[in-house]
Amino acid sequence: MSYLSLSLTLFFVLIPLVLSKTLNLGLERDVVIATVRAIIQLLAVGYILTFVFDGDHPAYMLIMILIMITTATLNARKKGKHIKGITWKLVATITTVEVVTQGILLGFHIVPATAQYIIPISGMMIGNAMVLSILFLNRFDAEVQAHKDEVELILSLGGSPKQAIHHQLMQAIKASMIPTIESQKTIGLVQLPGMMSGQIIGGADPMQAVQFQILIIFALLTNATISSLMLGFLSYPALFNERKQLLNV
Amino acid sequence: MVLELQNVSFTIDHTTILKNITGRFHKGKITTLVGPSGAGKTTLLKLCNNLLTPTSGTLYLDGQPFSEIEPTVLRREVGMALQAAPMINGSVYDNLQLPRKLANQSLSITEAEKFLHAVGLSSSLLQQVANDLSGGQRQRVSIARTLVNHSHVLLLDEITSALDRTAVSEIEQLITTLNQQHGVTIIWITHNLQQAIALSDNVWVMVDGELIATGEPTILTHPTNEVIRQFVEGALR
Repeated sequence: MSYLSLSLTLFFVLIPLVLSKTLNLGLERDVVIATVRAIIQLLAVGYILTFVFDGDHPAYMLIMILIMITTATLNARKKGKHIKGITWKLVATITTVEVVTQGILLGFHIVPATAQYIIPISGMMIGNAMVLSILFLNRFDAEVQAHKDEVELILSLGGSPKQAIHHQLMQAIKASMIPTIESQKTIGLVQLPGMMSGQIIGGADPMQAVQFQILIIFALLTNATISSLMLGFLSYPALFNERKQLLNV
Repeated sequence: MVLELQNVSFTIDHTTILKNITGRFHKGKITTLVGPSGAGKTTLLKLCNNLLTPTSGTLYLDGQPFSEIEPTVLRREVGMALQAAPMINGSVYDNLQLPRKLANQSLSITEAEKFLHAVGLSSSLLQQVANDLSGGQRQRVSIARTLVNHSHVLLLDEITSALDRTAVSEIEQLITTLNQQHGVTIIWITHNLQQAIALSDNVWVMVDGELIATGEPTILTHPTNEVIRQFVEGALR
């Protein structure tokens, strides 16, 4: 794609700007900021990826992955401020997702151990783990707030914190996993996934693109399960004190 | 079992709810907590059930500080029926079985029927959906559920406030029966002063987080200080 063609895509930014202005939606500033940020961030990533791929050194890949995990953690932790130690809990969860996924993919030689594969797959896995974590933290907080009476009831009858929070925890874990499972049910029928579309547009054989997409959606299923369960079981104890009392969260 | 409070205060979000409460709930007696809304009565019951820990001061059960008793053990000894009588999803039987399930034990149908009878309910309710029960039935099931733990002390938080006159008198009868026939120490909250006078062995009068007076119910019929008199006459709400 030429730079002229690329610059013409700004029409897609112009349309929401004009509509927002006409309908007084007040989104013009956000649209401009989002556009500028997207251009800068993606160009920067493009240069960095070129550098990492050319170098193809494990240290570069590791640094890239650490930056991804850090950014995902800092973004997701905003939703779990009330949970003590949420930062390290997110780091542990997202890192585990990355290690398990890459461990299977590289351990069984499903993909080659090169930056060209490891970095994009890490980006998808870490990004998905971040979204799952945010969904879980939002829902868990809402469940606990809405059902404090039930939690206190079980504690008052001599139940442990784990027993008291079990129902709310399971509801939040299930709710955070549903989007991943539902999107897999309609994949290819409703939408062509971004990675697969990108590969096809880039000239790859569609069947090759489909094979990689299958790999990704299966990995995302494990990713969703580990993210929700691990973050859930790491988070709930922080809602109670050593006297097994529900904290005022 | 004797439940005792020594200089107990409770503060949350910079607001003091209870101020330096000292007193003793005597074994086998019915003690009623009365006082205007916001006096700290529910907080006091939650402290007794160890759902909360005092900011300062100590609670004792038979002379042993709460901090030395495992919380789940303590909560089975000092049971609490919450004001809203929350039910878990499922049948009345599921709710009655809950305390046993929490202790990895089971409750037989026969035992469950016995607990229902103890609170004056028919065993035909056993398979009914708990959340479909009437207010009075919910409160009774809530009390029965607490009895499953064989608690020696029972804390009842305004369990008659949302009930009709018939249901109220049935619950009053139940409280008396539990106390006299089963020897359960009862500490309960009510806004109905006639109830407090009729049922109690002791009364605690609380205002603005302070324990203003304790004694026999006559302290309500013949107030000895101005604050109690104002409360009894309805000037404090």
